[in-house]
Amino acid sequence: MSNLFGFDGGDTWLHHLSGATKMLAFVGISIIAMASYDLRFTAAIMVMSLILFYQAKIKWSQVSLVVKIITAFSLLNLITVYLFSPEYGVQLYGTRHLLFGSGYLTVTSEQLFYELNLLSKYIVTVPLALIFLITTNPSEFAASLNKIHLSYKVSYSVALALRYIPDIQNVYHQISLSQQARGYELSKKAKFSQRLKGSAQILMPLIFSSLDRIDTVSQAMELRRFGRKKHRTWYMDHPFAWQDWLTLAGTAAIILIGAWLFKVNGGRFYNPFR
Amino acid sequence: MSKPAIIFDHVTYQYDSQAEPTLHDINLTINQGEKVLIIGPSGSGKSTLGNLINGLIPHAIPGKITGQVTVMGQDVENSSLFDLSLHVGTVLQDPDSQFVGLTAAEDIAFAMENDATPQAEMKTRVRQWATTLGIKDQLGQSPQALSGGQKQRTAMAGVLVDEGDVLLFDEPLAALDPATGKQSIELIDDLHRRLGITVVIIEHRLEEVLAQPVDRVIVMQDGRIIANETPEALLKTPLLREIGLREPLYLEALDLAGIDFNDTTGITSVNTIEAPNLKQKLSDWLTGEPAHQKPAGLKPLLAIKDLTFGYPKGPKLFDHFDLTINRGDMLALVGENGVGKTTLSQLITGFVKPDAGTMTFAGADLATQSVKERADQIGYIMQDPNQMISKIKIFDEVALGLTLRGVDEATIKAKVEDALKICGLYPFRNWPISALSFGQKKRVTIASILTLSPQLLILDEPTAGQDWRHYTAMMRFLEKLNRDSGITMLLITHDMHLMLEYATRTVVLGHSGILLDAEPAKVLTEPAIIKQARLAETSLYTLAKRMDMDPFAFTAAVIAHERQERHV
Repeated sequence: MSNLFGFDGGDTWLHHLSGATKMLAFVGISIIAMASYDLRFTAAIMVMSLILFYQAKIKWSQVSLVVKIITAFSLLNLITVYLFSPEYGVQLYGTRHLLFGSGYLTVTSEQLFYELNLLSKYIVTVPLALIFLITTNPSEFAASLNKIHLSYKVSYSVALALRYIPDIQNVYHQISLSQQARGYELSKKAKFSQRLKGSAQILMPLIFSSLDRIDTVSQAMELRRFGRKKHRTWYMDHPFAWQDWLTLAGTAAIILIGAWLFKVNGGRFYNPFR
Repeated sequence: MSKPAIIFDHVTYQYDSQAEPTLHDINLTINQGEKVLIIGPSGSGKSTLGNLINGLIPHAIPGKITGQVTVMGQDVENSSLFDLSLHVGTVLQDPDSQFVGLTAAEDIAFAMENDATPQAEMKTRVRQWATTLGIKDQLGQSPQALSGGQKQRTAMAGVLVDEGDVLLFDEPLAALDPATGKQSIELIDDLHRRLGITVVIIEHRLEEVLAQPVDRVIVMQDGRIIANETPEALLKTPLLREIGLREPLYLEALDLAGIDFNDTTGITSVNTIEAPNLKQKLSDWLTGEPAHQKPAGLKPLLAIKDLTFGYPKGPKLFDHFDLTINRGDMLALVGENGVGKTTLSQLITGFVKPDAGTMTFAGADLATQSVKERADQIGYIMQDPNQMISKIKIFDEVALGLTLRGVDEATIKAKVEDALKICGLYPFRNWPISALSFGQKKRVTIASILTLSPQLLILDEPTAGQDWRHYTAMMRFLEKLNRDSGITMLLITHDMHLMLEYATRTVVLGHSGILLDAEPAKVLTEPAIIKQARLAETSLYTLAKRMDMDPFAFTAAVIAHERQERHV
């Protein structure tokens, strides 16, 4: 089973950035890109995020499934937006340049421009999210969350959850196989409702074995003094380097440009049709 | 010079969840620098004793203590768990479940992180301990990628960084293959001598631990200490047998040959034991035993031909692999971890599909059958019964397979009661499963498979984590099923005793196919095979070599004799 959202070690400058930096940059840039409907701006960030994705040297095989799923849903979304309201762009921009079509299903330049805006937003966020998930070591991320003043107990539970995902996947798989041998058909041959019922049967043993584990792990942690002091240090801690500050400064600059464009455009929308 | 490290003074302890005390009036002193083994059957209170030393009791597990436990001068009840952990380092039974770090290095550093040790110092000390324990190259790896032995070493390093005074091992051999277990006991001994720390080992496998010198053995039963002696003195008494613990195999052989243990010297090791006329008596005994007989005339049940399989992106586990399992076989499948033992059973049950080759079961081609159809004839019992059980009541759990197959209720009732009787669970049929012990749960899973009347049972480590008494009960039960109900058994195991004493045939799996397919006693007299498959030679073999006897004939005779006694 491939690790869908797992950290994958690497040696690019993006891997060396602190996890908190990457999270702040990802959240900051995504928000401004979502808010802005200035295609010049979002297209520029889109190009940047694609370049970054290329620089992170992420293996295509690791993300291909996720990317395909997201692409499919994005296209579906774009089509639905059009089908529900083919003239939404006309309403937004106040002009109407008909390209072709008639009746309900018309295609206007305004609608195309609006949907292009949407598309660019998707393309901005997806590579950034993948970069964050795949180039961030969960332990280092926990350490950096702690550094931005989140309680270390909370920070550590984030890392611990990530640590146990593969284990739980494994146990789930084992239980599922044994239930199948008992007679639950969970393969594609069975009806969906049956598969759902069968899957529910896996949950009870899974929960019980997980509860046992939690008990043992928490004892093991206490035996090694987790929670003894107000502060703890982190083996994977990674001091903020100039690259981190530069990245944060760059993020701030992008956000400021986005905000400045709101002012220039007199709102969130850039209107080329006026 | 010897100052006490651990003192139990009239300690009685009762868990809040139990009606009776688990420990009764324990008085015990363990001195600094001593190496002590605590043994006892399951439920004797030995783990509870260990938890009183590291402070999990009463600090993490609530209960009522009377008397006083003192560890390195600190009163356990009135010190915090954190302060105690600086003195006592605990290595838990299952290293998998105590891993908290994403990599071995972080796991070793965990205690130091919590002490807010500066990062540079952590890195130095992690490196230093990893080098000492021989896991320097594994520091960057995730826990899942480590072998059982490496996991345990990582866990050890994680407590050794504290440089405490006492090291406590809770069943260190439980999760290891025989060869790794042997190395682990050697490593513990090496640390004990080099660091001069106090070592407390809780185990029920006496012979393996005694492979290295131990100062004292403390024997527990029913919450009391019933012996506190040197290994030498203990082995000369019949106490172990009386309480259902196993004495070393070589001593069983000496016993058969009529040697009085009180006449022996060097009794703690097969390499040093001597007695008057030892060699003569042993070979006299061997001559008097009937010659070994080979089983004959078997019909094939499952024929695997030309099987080829490898996981995607993984190496080929099976390459033109052939194996025939005969009706009535009690076959032990052994071999190093990762060699494909579990995969083979999953290929047979249909959980994974072969790349090429055929499997014929009772004359029918398995390839055309679904997992469910195969399960009607082939039962698969996982190592951990908790992973198989999905109902609350025993009866419902055992009936599940039949219910799902739409069998009518009267038949279900009859079949389930039958299976419960065979498994000795009939009196408990209305109990909740959660009230059962580990071994009983395992029987529930076996009963629930038996209702489907399988011809072949595949059991993954059927006796893991059980003491000798429960182990013997489980194996005799399986043997009975094999003999009386004619169910063919495929046992996947690391346990050399199990293989030797209960299997009728052993298949040793290696990286390039079957290394050896022979009678069990034969396997353990082949040093090359033992090494390749990470098994360990038994003390019977060592004893026979020392006495210039034929190791195969000797091992086979001792085992045959034991089997006969068992069937009387």
